[in-house]
Amino acid sequence: MRLDVRKTYKLFIGGKFPRSESGRTYRALDHKGEFLANIAQGSRKDARDAVVAARSAQSGWDSATAYNRGQVLYRIAEMLEGRRDQFVSELQALTGISEKKANLEVDAAIDSWVWHAGWSDKIDSVAGNMNPVAGPFFNISTNQPTGVVAVIAPQDSGLVGLVNSIAPAIVSGNTVVVIASEKLALPAITFTEVLATSDLPGGVVNVLTGSEKEIAPWLASHQDVNAIDTEGSQNAVELELKAAENLKRVIRPGSYSRNGSQGSLQHILDLMEVKTVWHPKGH
Amino acid sequence: MFEYAPAPESRAIVNFQKSYGHFIGGKFTKPANTFQTISPATEEVLAEISEGSAKDVDQAVKAARSAYEKTWSKISGSERGKYLYRIARIIQERSRELAVAETLNNGKPIKETRDVDLPLVASWFFYYAGWADKLDYAGLGPNPKAHGVAAQIIPWNFPLMMLAWKIAPALAAGNTVVLKPAETTSLTALLFAEICQQAELPEGVVNIVTGHGATGAALVGHPDVNKVAFTGSTDVGRLIAKQVAGTNKKVTLELGGKAANIVFDDAPLDQAIEGIINGIFFNQGHVCCAGSRLLVQESIQDELLKKLKKRMETLRLGDPLDKNTDIGAINSKAQLDKISKLVKQGQKEGGEVWAPNCPIPKNGFWYAPTIITGVSPTNTVAREEIFGPVLSVMTFRTPAEAVAKANNTPFGLSAGIWTEKGSRILKLADQLNAGVIWANTFNQFDPTSPFGGFKESGYGREGGRHGLLAYLKAGN
Repeated sequence: MRLDVRKTYKLFIGGKFPRSESGRTYRALDHKGEFLANIAQGSRKDARDAVVAARSAQSGWDSATAYNRGQVLYRIAEMLEGRRDQFVSELQALTGISEKKANLEVDAAIDSWVWHAGWSDKIDSVAGNMNPVAGPFFNISTNQPTGVVAVIAPQDSGLVGLVNSIAPAIVSGNTVVVIASEKLALPAITFTEVLATSDLPGGVVNVLTGSEKEIAPWLASHQDVNAIDTEGSQNAVELELKAAENLKRVIRPGSYSRNGSQGSLQHILDLMEVKTVWHPKGH
Repeated sequence: MFEYAPAPESRAIVNFQKSYGHFIGGKFTKPANTFQTISPATEEVLAEISEGSAKDVDQAVKAARSAYEKTWSKISGSERGKYLYRIARIIQERSRELAVAETLNNGKPIKETRDVDLPLVASWFFYYAGWADKLDYAGLGPNPKAHGVAAQIIPWNFPLMMLAWKIAPALAAGNTVVLKPAETTSLTALLFAEICQQAELPEGVVNIVTGHGATGAALVGHPDVNKVAFTGSTDVGRLIAKQVAGTNKKVTLELGGKAANIVFDDAPLDQAIEGIINGIFFNQGHVCCAGSRLLVQESIQDELLKKLKKRMETLRLGDPLDKNTDIGAINSKAQLDKISKLVKQGQKEGGEVWAPNCPIPKNGFWYAPTIITGVSPTNTVAREEIFGPVLSVMTFRTPAEAVAKANNTPFGLSAGIWTEKGSRILKLADQLNAGVIWANTFNQFDPTSPFGGFKESGYGREGGRHGLLAYLKAGN
């Protein structure tokens, strides 16, 4: 009988898979409480490194064409489809749900990527505007990504909730630092392997595993983070208070559903800034 | 230089009452805990207004809630729109009176209140009046809903204009409001209360409570408020963001700025000079989107500064009611002290301060138009909002350097670009982190055009369809 080769579960920062600089791990257990794996327990330093990686990647991802971003997001759906069995088995092991239910969650996750991918080059068609000002001016409002977004992913949904928290942020050109569900971290880590093989530039999505209670406050108070999605936080009010210091945009828990095969345009727009440009007409 | 004869606008058109209470439930309350409101140009007392207590705020919110439930959410959008059209028309009818009142209480030149503030106030109501029966097209799907009671706090730099920016979209979307004007400039808001009466706006739809910061804090913190809209300083914006943390209140914040006005060597120089002047000296520089950081391409710095100084020497500072006045009074002693202190700091850090030799009136609060050259990006005057007629000048060599310097600020409200090269404008407009970009123009405003900032300049937009969205939520 052959001994299987186990995987080391690590963080995903700047397109690489480092261990936590803290050298800590925690145990992922299955739904019966049995040991599944040791997982990197991210630290404040890891969070800071992830923000640096996200910031470095932001302008490149933002200046990629919308068509290009759409194709990369679609590619993520393709890669996810190809590894669906692994996600199904991980979801089953972690939560004890039936194979059918696990498959439905994976279906929704893949379909939501496809839904979001299509938005990349349509946001401004729907939410931008040429404004009829009362004067001889060309005046146009477009939407642009807010920058670096910290995401506290939902704790109770290992894959579809994660997907529906990352996709609305990155489709427009934001980069993200995500804290995965502490208990349901395995699909998030497997998902980083999907991202690594999807033509997504390194640093656009950075995934930390560990305790959101420990890591999230550092992201909420980080001066180089522009927005925070507190969906999966147990201390959302504390995060909102810290976020106020540099007036981060805040998505409060429960603002958007994270379980469907479609997201919400408003969710995408919450992580964007309207920019209005004026120029005189004439001469 | 020509001499100008005095050309004062008559103030006979305005009659302030001796003292004002709050406007709650369609009626003025009896004045209580009053404080004086003055003309910053002469320090003459114009009237007494009341300091709003937590109890006053509570009564105003109750009046707004009752109006929301009993009338405003019951009538059709087209009826709401017709009230707003009425208000727009009355503002046009009383436009000169309101312009003079604003100039008296704020200190800004009549030229500006008459030709900029008041036309925009009327147009804001007229524009949003038309939205009231078209909310299905706002972008939130069919049957979007109002939030309910909106708490609105506005600054002293454009008192009536900020009132219009707040009240018009809120009412069009179906909210009722409690508005707190700034403590130094409440009089036009109280005249607006009379306009609501003339328009027979149902009582309680608009409530106005005057007072200082504590009154505003009581309003933001009131548990029956659903939506908070604030325009003012970034520091107060932070406090408000903290105050609403953990509540369901929706918030929009329009805060400070430190806009870069970038002039390239191929810019139409005379136009650019006018743009720089307008960008920083319009409204005494009491403008959150003021072009307070001039970034000039190194090769044209000497020529540009020479022309700029020459133009500044023609600016006329003095009686705001005089139709030839370009620069009026600083709104308050406190603001004047802040400006003086920051300029001194700029000097201490190595900046060279220059102002034209213009006579300063004896009474009132005044600050001569000023430029500081030799400023480096780390200097206080390059980083902090001065909110006065003071321009910090810096240079750059390449477009990339201009963008890097322009974006090197926690603010992100506005920016200006001056160049004849269209492709450069479009590229820079993409790269600048600011909510409003003026290319070959500056300080333009329009009710159809969204306004608001990135980063610490706040969140949400005012104006246009985007401004309406702040007062709506998706229907079920």
